[in-house]
Amino acid sequence: MKSLAELQAIREKMKNRVVLREGQGDIRVVVGMATCGIAAGARPVLSAFVDGVAEAGLSDKVTVTQTGCIGICQYEPVVEVFEAGKEKVTYVKMTADKAKEVIEKHLKGGSPVSEYTIGNN
Amino acid sequence: MKELSLNILDIAKNSVKAGAKLCTVEITEDRETLDLKISDDGCGMKEEFVKNVTDPFCTTRTTRAVGLGIPLLKLEAEQTGGSFSITSRHESEYPDDHGTVTEAKFYKNHIDMTPLGDIISSVATLVQGSPEIDFLFIHRLPGGEVRLDTRELREVLGDDVPLDLPDVLVWIKENLRGQYDELNAKE
Repeated sequence: MKSLAELQAIREKMKNRVVLREGQGDIRVVVGMATCGIAAGARPVLSAFVDGVAEAGLSDKVTVTQTGCIGICQYEPVVEVFEAGKEKVTYVKMTADKAKEVIEKHLKGGSPVSEYTIGNN
Repeated sequence: MKELSLNILDIAKNSVKAGAKLCTVEITEDRETLDLKISDDGCGMKEEFVKNVTDPFCTTRTTRAVGLGIPLLKLEAEQTGGSFSITSRHESEYPDDHGTVTEAKFYKNHIDMTPLGDIISSVATLVQGSPEIDFLFIHRLPGGEVRLDTRELREVLGDDVPLDLPDVLVWIKENLRGQYDELNAKE
């Protein structure tokens, strides 16, 4: 089991690192987590983004946040990707597997996965 | 909802929205029943609003005039023969002691019981979504209890390390998993 000592170790590790929250070129991934989103399966999608971004070493560049109802409940789980200087990309009917693909191709690779965007669904 | 833990995630978000500093999620189980209690020290609701709050057409949402979070939880409790209640003290009337308590009782052996599901993910998701507020999670089971208090985590982490840091979220999940494993091993 993870003990408080291991939590202390996380603190020590972070001591020498400056956490940059808002910088230039930042990407913001926003997952709809209202009743509609949660019921449609947003929780595993959010987890996939949180875990995937950390695993891909993108934590300094990408922040993952939750939001309420975006207003297109029939398309939930909905994920919006905001990037400075670029048009917002809206992914719909997301799953954890699709999230992994978006991390790889869009967040890492720079090209949105058009197959999953709202325009194609 | 497919899992009760998803309802919990959904309802606890109301506490966050109400400006709570501390949101407490308690699950108490015995062989037959599961009692859920979500309490907060948020702004509370006025009496008139509380009366209508189980009505799906009562909502704080601005995107549309339907809110299903509370009606869904109520339905899921009542369909097992259980019960649901919500009480609230609005800050205008109770400046020092305001907040909301939502309670639901479930009969676990009823065929329409919604399984609890992945409660660990729900707790981690709550912390990830609102790292600035505190959560106290207590799951009392016949063999003992599982507990997470973000105030204790904050004490260890200090002011510089946010609770939504990926490493911390992993720690939370593994810590809870470990507590559940220990309980299961005892049984």
